[in-house]
Amino acid sequence: MILENTLDDRPEGSDGSDQMGHFVTGELDLSHGVALYLEDITVSFDGFKALNNLNLEIDAGELRCIIGPNGAGKTTMMDVITGKTRPDSGKAFFGQTIDLTRLTEPEIAHVGIGRKFQKPTIFEQHTVFENLELAMKTDKRVWKSLMAWLAGDERDRIAETLKLIRLNGEADRQAGLLSHGQKQWLEIGMLLMQEPKLLLLDEPVAGMTDDETMRTAELFVSLAGMHSLVVVEHDMAFVEKLGGLVTVLHEGSVLAEGDLATVQNDQRVIEVYLGR
Amino acid sequence: MRKPLTLRILSALDSKGWLALGVFLALALVVVPLLHLAVPEDSAFHLSTYFITLIGKIMCYALVAVAMDLIWGYGGILSLGHGLFFALGGYAFGMYLMRQIGRDGSYGADIPDFMVFLDWKEIPWFWSGSDSFLWVAILVIVVPALVAFIFGYFAFRSRIKGVYFSIITQALTYAAMLLFFRNETGFGGNNGFTDFKRVLGFSVTSPETRLVLFGLTAVMLAVTLVFASWLVKSKFGRVLTAIRDAESRVMFIGYNPLWYKLTIWVISAVLCGIAGALYVPQVGIINPSEMSPANSIEIAIWVAVGGRGTLIGPIIGAFVVNLAKSWFTVSFPEYWLFFLGLLFIVVTLMLPQGLVGLWKKLMARKEGAAA
Amino acid sequence: MIRKLLVVLLCAGSLSAHAALDPAQVRQLAAEDSSDKVAAIRQLTQTADPDAVRVLKAMADDNLYLAGDQTVIIEGDKAFDAATGEAIKMPANPESPTVNNRIRGELASALAALKLFDPDVTVRLTSAQKLQSQVTPEMAPLLARALEKESDARIKALLVLAHAQANLGNEDPEARMAAVKALAETSSPTIKSVLLPLTEKAGEPDDKVRYEAIATVKAIDSRLAMAENFGRAFSGLSLGSILLLGALGLAITYGVMGIINMAHGELLMVGAYATYGMQTLFRAYLPDYLDWYLPAAIPAAFFAAALVGVVMERTVIRWLYGRTLETLLATWGISLVLIQAARVLFGAQNVEVANPSWMSGGIEIMPNLILPWNRIIIVGFAMFVLFLVWVLMNKTRLGMFVRAVTQNRPMAGCVGVPTARIDTMAFALGAGIAGLGGVALSQISNVGPDMGQGYIVDSFMVVVVGGVGQLAGAVWAALGLGIFSKLLEGWAGAVIAKIAILVCIIIFIQKRPQGIFALKGRFVE
Repeated sequence: MILENTLDDRPEGSDGSDQMGHFVTGELDLSHGVALYLEDITVSFDGFKALNNLNLEIDAGELRCIIGPNGAGKTTMMDVITGKTRPDSGKAFFGQTIDLTRLTEPEIAHVGIGRKFQKPTIFEQHTVFENLELAMKTDKRVWKSLMAWLAGDERDRIAETLKLIRLNGEADRQAGLLSHGQKQWLEIGMLLMQEPKLLLLDEPVAGMTDDETMRTAELFVSLAGMHSLVVVEHDMAFVEKLGGLVTVLHEGSVLAEGDLATVQNDQRVIEVYLGR
Repeated sequence: MRKPLTLRILSALDSKGWLALGVFLALALVVVPLLHLAVPEDSAFHLSTYFITLIGKIMCYALVAVAMDLIWGYGGILSLGHGLFFALGGYAFGMYLMRQIGRDGSYGADIPDFMVFLDWKEIPWFWSGSDSFLWVAILVIVVPALVAFIFGYFAFRSRIKGVYFSIITQALTYAAMLLFFRNETGFGGNNGFTDFKRVLGFSVTSPETRLVLFGLTAVMLAVTLVFASWLVKSKFGRVLTAIRDAESRVMFIGYNPLWYKLTIWVISAVLCGIAGALYVPQVGIINPSEMSPANSIEIAIWVAVGGRGTLIGPIIGAFVVNLAKSWFTVSFPEYWLFFLGLLFIVVTLMLPQGLVGLWKKLMARKEGAAA
Repeated sequence: MIRKLLVVLLCAGSLSAHAALDPAQVRQLAAEDSSDKVAAIRQLTQTADPDAVRVLKAMADDNLYLAGDQTVIIEGDKAFDAATGEAIKMPANPESPTVNNRIRGELASALAALKLFDPDVTVRLTSAQKLQSQVTPEMAPLLARALEKESDARIKALLVLAHAQANLGNEDPEARMAAVKALAETSSPTIKSVLLPLTEKAGEPDDKVRYEAIATVKAIDSRLAMAENFGRAFSGLSLGSILLLGALGLAITYGVMGIINMAHGELLMVGAYATYGMQTLFRAYLPDYLDWYLPAAIPAAFFAAALVGVVMERTVIRWLYGRTLETLLATWGISLVLIQAARVLFGAQNVEVANPSWMSGGIEIMPNLILPWNRIIIVGFAMFVLFLVWVLMNKTRLGMFVRAVTQNRPMAGCVGVPTARIDTMAFALGAGIAGLGGVALSQISNVGPDMGQGYIVDSFMVVVVGGVGQLAGAVWAALGLGIFSKLLEGWAGAVIAKIAILVCIIIFIQKRPQGIFALKGRFVE
């Protein structure tokens, strides 16, 4: 498959700390099969506990769906994983060695966590091509950017991703002019250009047509195995299509976990969704 | 697969751009000196000293405007303290000019007049080396860079942005102005530096020196344009505009905005410092009012009038506003502030892309009508 | 030596000349030598006789003459014997004795001292108060006698002090000791300077007295320093009140619309000129009620500034919604226009706004600590405005809407809050409060076209430190900045203090980018 090629082309040592020598962090170590490990994470805003002793474990190569009513803490959880919000207490590890609570957002991006926002955030003033170029996994320090010049193989990779996200006809178009669904795809494409080990996807199919939604599901399923994926979604058809385990968040903690059918029949989950 | 640097610099401008730049330099380095020196004073083609000084001054402002545009137009960071960097460069070079006065001051002393006035016996430590042109040239660059780096590092690290950043920069220049107003600070207090006599041994008032300074400014402006153009077309420039439009996305794809912002901020400050250093010998005075918040905001309006996010815009803006200013202050001094105030309002309300944007719109309409 | 002799002499003289004036003494007033005259004046003063007042007054008015050996007072075409006060025949060639400045000074203080015996209590009180700064050792017996006679407690207290001061020069160490002890409770700089010579061996031979004096001076010093710091803190409080009036409006508009209004300082100016206008109106039409122009100026300033605010919001700011940096530039443009408009309308010079008479003067808490009424009233006024704003924001429907828009504009819009109208109202309110700040400012500083510029940076700093859209933050930040900067001014000077404050704020922002009272939560980007 195209994507696998693009990911495998990279030489072994090219990810992790060699490009970002100034980052004080260990190599990504997935030897125990755990990609993401959250333990007793608590985050409170002015007394309101957005996350309350949250525990979550994502295995390497797993595709996990997170569901939960509004205010359950899904977005806050992503903020904690990506370094936007510091937890008041608790542990957050990526692999065995990387302590996420000590890293900044760009550092976390570098160790291999990519994030797609709820509202598609792309660079609207840049072309589609430039969006992908900026996201591409490379040395992202100032001096390198000043001297950067796209090599042929890098152009090829961008072209492949463009094809994958079905925007190869729009490469030179200003990204702001794309349709909502196309923007979602572009953001997913940017995520793929980063070559992350863990993808966090916040409502990735909102605003997509059914056809686009199904294609997205197929893409995600194909990514699983090579990558770990955490998908937050309300669209149950989409969640069903993805398969895999489902975690239900409620009031900042895990309420239930299991496959979709089990979770949907859980009495507590039904109460939370339907109200008392 | 790396492209040589010279080639990349060449690709900073298109052929039209290089042509325009060549014409500009030819005008500044050949035509203007000829019209000033060779054409008799009573001729209609003679360029007066007033004109040379005015245009030289405005070219310095244009340099500042380009620097401002890099940080505001491309980086989305509105600084209301750029007058500080301009003044720092000016003061640094002013120190050298003061030392060049030698014993020709009113007191005939070895130290500048204002120090005699303060009853100082010798030059203070921070003035040491200021009689060396080379040292001062280093100061012109290093001092604004250092101030910008320290301030910027802390401000950007704390993710201060938007209007918050703007008013903090305003406070910075305001504090510096108060500091320089004090006589004890050692930079001439209220009066600043003036009554310069020589630069590198040449009289500052001689037509030849003026023309050399004028030419240097023009060359500096041209070099800056090429450099800035290369900068904004590089990947660095694209990351910068990306930070302007969606900073959080930039962070989550692995760029640290701190260093990008800091780089462009320091570059911008250094350009301002150089502009200040070129400005002082041409205008013949530097005082703390250059650091007043009002001056710094005026820089922003030059950029806004011309059109930010383009490199030619700020230059056009600096020329239009400052030519208008020198016309108003002579003909209708009491209406200048009305004009300037309304300019701020009208440009932000009706010309968000400035004159360049207006031009583009008109051209597009013309093409639309033709097609 | 001569001085001490004189004291002894005076004491002796005062005992004998109790009943009537001694003609020889009176004659000495017209002596050739100035020192003799001074001695005579002092002797006469000691008598505390109403007759002495009469003679000394005549001398001060240049009505004392010498006719042969007789000293006479000539008023118009009438002549009196100076010693007895009896009318006599106009002498042939009265000679006027020379009264130079030294003598005049002596006469003035003598007359002042004699007022201590005036039957009128108020006259005695003023005299006693005036005396405090000019007590000489020679006055000791006089003061002792005045003290004896005095019945009014306040005057008595003053006299005790004065008497102690006078006794500092007493021969007897015991008396000096008692005097120093009596002064221990005072806290005036003059008394400190009187005591100061006694702290040195040259000025005070007696060790015990000297040590007592040193201790007393120290105690006075610490009280003086306390009073000084208290005074600074108070002027900081009043500066903070002005900053608060400036920043309250700014905090509201920044909170609601997320914009920085660079013309806010000029709204203060509008308020100040409205005050000036009201004063002019009262001068022209209600001169009898001139003192009351200030209360009338309050609504005028509020509505004038609010009107300017509404016009600004409707014509400019509304159209720049969401473009905060552009709004900043546009409002700067407005400020330039307003400044120039003020210059055209009122002239470039400062205009004079007078304090009403009920605002002049102050409360004297300690001799070197006077709290001026105008500042007290400004602090009170700021608190009053703060209270009104608090009520408006927390107890009214408008306030609820404003808070709703501050917290979550789209949601507020969805539930039916008329956000556009709230913007205008909030802006008008903010502007009006700035106008009130202008009224306060007009009472303590110059009113001119540029006055707003000086306060705008400070007002911003208050908002920055206090946090976005937080009234409580603005209050603490304003008062804190005001007091801190005045205290700092005390030992570093105004300019350095200002720079230090700005640098502190810039550092503070590093630690708390959202101000003291930060909004937290998921709505914060």
